[in-house]
Amino acid sequence: MMRTLVTVFRKEVLDNVRDRRTLASALLMGPFFGPILFAFVINLSIERSLDDMERTTTLPVIGAEHAPNLMRFLESRNIEIVTGPENRDAALDAVRTGAHDVVVIVPPEFGVQLADSIPARVELVTDQANTQADRESRRVRNALHAYNQQLASLRLTARGVSPIVMRPINVDEIDMSTPSGRSAILLGMMSYFFIFALLMGGMYLAIDTTAGERERGSLEPLLALPVTRDQLLVGKIAATCLFMALSLCLSLMSFFFALKFMPLEQLGMTPNFGPATVVAAFFVLAPFILLGAAIMTLVASFTKSYREAQTWLSVVLLAPTLPILIVSILTLRPRLEFMFVPSLSQHLLLVDMVKNEPLDSLHVAISVGSTLLFGVILTWICARLYRREGLLG
Amino acid sequence: MIRVDGIHKSFGKVRAVRGVSFSAPDGAITGLLGPNGAGKSTTLRVLYTVLRPDQGAATIDGIDVVTDSLAARRRIGALPHGAGLYPQLTARENVAYYAALCGLAADTIDERVENIISLLEIGDFADRRTKGFSQGQRTKVALARSLVHDPQNIILDEPSNGLDVMATRSLRDLILKLKDAGRCVLFSSHVMQEVAALCDDICIIAEGKVAIDDSADGIRERTGCDDLEDAFVEALRMVNPA
Repeated sequence: MMRTLVTVFRKEVLDNVRDRRTLASALLMGPFFGPILFAFVINLSIERSLDDMERTTTLPVIGAEHAPNLMRFLESRNIEIVTGPENRDAALDAVRTGAHDVVVIVPPEFGVQLADSIPARVELVTDQANTQADRESRRVRNALHAYNQQLASLRLTARGVSPIVMRPINVDEIDMSTPSGRSAILLGMMSYFFIFALLMGGMYLAIDTTAGERERGSLEPLLALPVTRDQLLVGKIAATCLFMALSLCLSLMSFFFALKFMPLEQLGMTPNFGPATVVAAFFVLAPFILLGAAIMTLVASFTKSYREAQTWLSVVLLAPTLPILIVSILTLRPRLEFMFVPSLSQHLLLVDMVKNEPLDSLHVAISVGSTLLFGVILTWICARLYRREGLLG
Repeated sequence: MIRVDGIHKSFGKVRAVRGVSFSAPDGAITGLLGPNGAGKSTTLRVLYTVLRPDQGAATIDGIDVVTDSLAARRRIGALPHGAGLYPQLTARENVAYYAALCGLAADTIDERVENIISLLEIGDFADRRTKGFSQGQRTKVALARSLVHDPQNIILDEPSNGLDVMATRSLRDLILKLKDAGRCVLFSSHVMQEVAALCDDICIIAEGKVAIDDSADGIRERTGCDDLEDAFVEALRMVNPA
């Protein structure tokens, strides 16, 4: 019994390793797709958040000479003033065509109005449908607003009134999220990448050992050998598990290294993803391997060809997202019941780990136990199906 | 020794085999002859236990293929129609895989594989991956694979399909060698000449039934045709008078 298992296992491993292209797509695509996508998303958010103060922006102004103090104020806020279009119509045109995002027009009477304490008119030309322009105009608007406040305070002070009367309410926001906690929002999608990589690692083997073997015509002589079909199937699933475990390891490690190169602190995040978490994450996710191998083999054994199997297994690749997605949309807190749901339980445990919150050992036990049980049941169903006559198609 | 006793097999509404009986003794070559779709492959698939008969029984060396299929498979070397190899493994690895699965002792596998490779004269390409092998090369490797454990009963489903003259000839020599070694060889074919040249006993199957089961001479006598091809056509007419 054991010898047959080992023979089948070794052959399937060798066969899969020899098929370089398939192996590369399974062991590179899965583990590295996640971190690359991730780095991309993170860098994009960093770029956006480095927005206001730090980056210098240029602002075309018409009539800058009418408001020298305002211009100096804007420059102190990293807004570089450049000479704008020659007149108002040219400014409207420039914004309409997208040549400029924002143009400020200071009318000649600005100085006089200001001196007379009449609300001094400044025009801000912008296109609100253009999101890029919206960011720029918001920045200019904020700066103008700040200048407004500053002048108001000065006028009140000059009249012997404390500027504090302008602020009847003072709102103080207290953010209770911790840096690791904030990471969890973004890193929540990480758990799906691990499951995706895990499944990808064994997908081709699962197809090859069922639909592929049938299509090639190598299944029939194999079944005519003096071994039981259960032995063949278990050996094949074991080989699939090995590649899934390998792929999972690779994806955990690639994330570990990728996170080191992502400037997450700038986003106020410090995910807890050190070597100890990587090892713990492997053991939390590992029970999913048997389930994944069994479900992929099961689905592939229903299909008639390699192509059909590929189509169906892409659906299986997406299936584990469903529970994660539903819970994320409904923003449900981890509950005991959720631990019975494979993929969801792994996701929730992983999020807790990344948040650096202690794991509930009962939760872990239920997650591991129920996922393994599902795996065993599916393997058993696979074995039943493998015994059927129709297997040869 | 293979014995088939009134087996029936249907796939949905298609009644592929309707009561086939014959026996194939040791030290002899038995040919299963019939047109395409006559039920030859289905009969052989029942014998190498990948199909279960709806009715009737079959035994390999007295072992029932349904109730003790694992033991029956131990006594068989089967070459299914269009048997495929593992393209990423070398010919030698393909053969060694089957040797290990057949339960040959680990220390004898290399020797057995080497023997069968020289017997089938596939040494020239034994260490190449089978991806890209010609049909003849593939058939030889598949044959080596099914004979590696030295089975007493050999079941070959259309083994000469797609082989050229030289390959067919070496296949014929091999089958004769197996017969001389006292093996029971059962093979199917739709080529009259091939069966006539080799077989001690010919079982003509048409529409899932045995039309005639006799030696080549016996068939000539009973159909009244001198030419075996005419005899074949005559035998088919006996099954289906319309």
